[in-house]
Amino acid sequence: MRFKLFLARLADIYKFTKRFFKNALVPPYEIKEILKQCYLVGNKSLFLIAFTSFLAGIVFTKQSRPSLASFGAESWLPSLVSQAVVRSLGPLITGLICAGKLGSNIGAELASMQVTEQIDAMEVSGTRPFSYLIVSRVIATTLMLPILVVFADVMALLGSLVMVNSINNTGFVLYFNEVAAVVSLLDITSSMVKSGFFGFAIGMVSCYAGYHSGKGTTGVGKSANTAVVVSMIFIFVVDLMGLQILNLFRP
Amino acid sequence: MKEQIETTAEVQQDVKPVARVRHLYKSFGDRKVLADLNLDLMERENLVILGKSGSGKSVLIKCMVGLLKPDSGEINILGYDVPTLSTHELNELRLQVGFSFQGSALYDSMSVRENLEFPLRRNLGILQRAKLNELVMKSLEDVGLESAINLHPAELSGGMKKRIGIARTLILNPKIMLYDEPTAGLDPETAGEINELILSVRDKYHTASIIITHDISCARQVSDRIVALFDGRNKLEGTFKQLKEQNAQELQSFFNY
Repeated sequence: MRFKLFLARLADIYKFTKRFFKNALVPPYEIKEILKQCYLVGNKSLFLIAFTSFLAGIVFTKQSRPSLASFGAESWLPSLVSQAVVRSLGPLITGLICAGKLGSNIGAELASMQVTEQIDAMEVSGTRPFSYLIVSRVIATTLMLPILVVFADVMALLGSLVMVNSINNTGFVLYFNEVAAVVSLLDITSSMVKSGFFGFAIGMVSCYAGYHSGKGTTGVGKSANTAVVVSMIFIFVVDLMGLQILNLFRP
Repeated sequence: MKEQIETTAEVQQDVKPVARVRHLYKSFGDRKVLADLNLDLMERENLVILGKSGSGKSVLIKCMVGLLKPDSGEINILGYDVPTLSTHELNELRLQVGFSFQGSALYDSMSVRENLEFPLRRNLGILQRAKLNELVMKSLEDVGLESAINLHPAELSGGMKKRIGIARTLILNPKIMLYDEPTAGLDPETAGEINELILSVRDKYHTASIIITHDISCARQVSDRIVALFDGRNKLEGTFKQLKEQNAQELQSFFNY
């Protein structure tokens, strides 16, 4: 019985994804709503991502220094930190923060709209709620995550610079020269592409959870919870898959 | 799939039916909600569907606008064969059918003005401020709530929400109105006002309406004809007076209330 339910859910997810692409690719396009959602996604998460990334940069630098110092390789600290931040830490921090902040927000908002029949009201007035509510949100998270990741990377590197500077007086120019020497274009583009997939996963999972919410306030809570937990799992899965694919391109 | 609705022998000959339901079945799992339901809605008629909770009243009107898919049976609204419609055709039909939800279903992130403008912008592509203002104000005047234009749903009382919900459907000038429990949760005075509004909508907009209710005073006040639904079937049918005189066992709990 549970396996049957699982298969039914998979079929439902497939239909939802197919409907998304159909609505996203066929006009009329929801340009205005997409721009509004992009603004909300960026605006809602920017401060939190900046703050946590800055702190993560400091902590990662402080924790890495003793290991490098024991090999007499303390001068490699900017190289190590910058590669870790750009390749993995920045996208992961951004993905997880957005999964928590945006996932719960989108999941709960759509679920409460479903419970109070607002989505049905849009449906019966012929206003195409799927395009308006789902397509716009998924496109917004997909477009905004890479931008937020660049921001997170910069903030994490600044945090790291503060730490390195306080230890051995390394200046801004020297630090970023070292960063530029080790961070390749492949690192940056792959990190942005990967975070685009993170954004897509967060948007799709959260919208699906909200759109298919159960009845009542329990349904709203459950949808928000599912949106966050499943989005986070997807982020790690996409990260692992991205790493495997990228290793094929790295020398 | 638009076709001419044929009337049946038992319905009146001088008015045309705008909606017809035949042999409608709908189940959720093992629970049969609608079983062989038949009804006709005539032009400019207020048809009340009376029945206790869980008798399938709301499921019926949700099937009529394509929110739920029936297991079998025929639903023909304004010449559209609803179960076979494509999304595009269904949206075309929905522009002509207003649906007033039990909980009003106002978009709570939008003000009253934005709630009313939303279907205009999205369906009719009306973007000019002057035209939008004119239509919004007319709709609000019809429900007597012009002063609420800038309020948000959270600031409205239950009765006001119902009125705005009705105004939002009227703004598209529907031919058929579907009211789901319009007086549920309202005090008798406000419920009476909503009943009067339902009557004035019929007279002003020349709509045919289906009113789902278990409120007998609502049924008495607004109905031209009543269909009493029990166990998913239309068991009794007639005017309020006829049903009261029949003194049927199934309706005693309603009339004795």
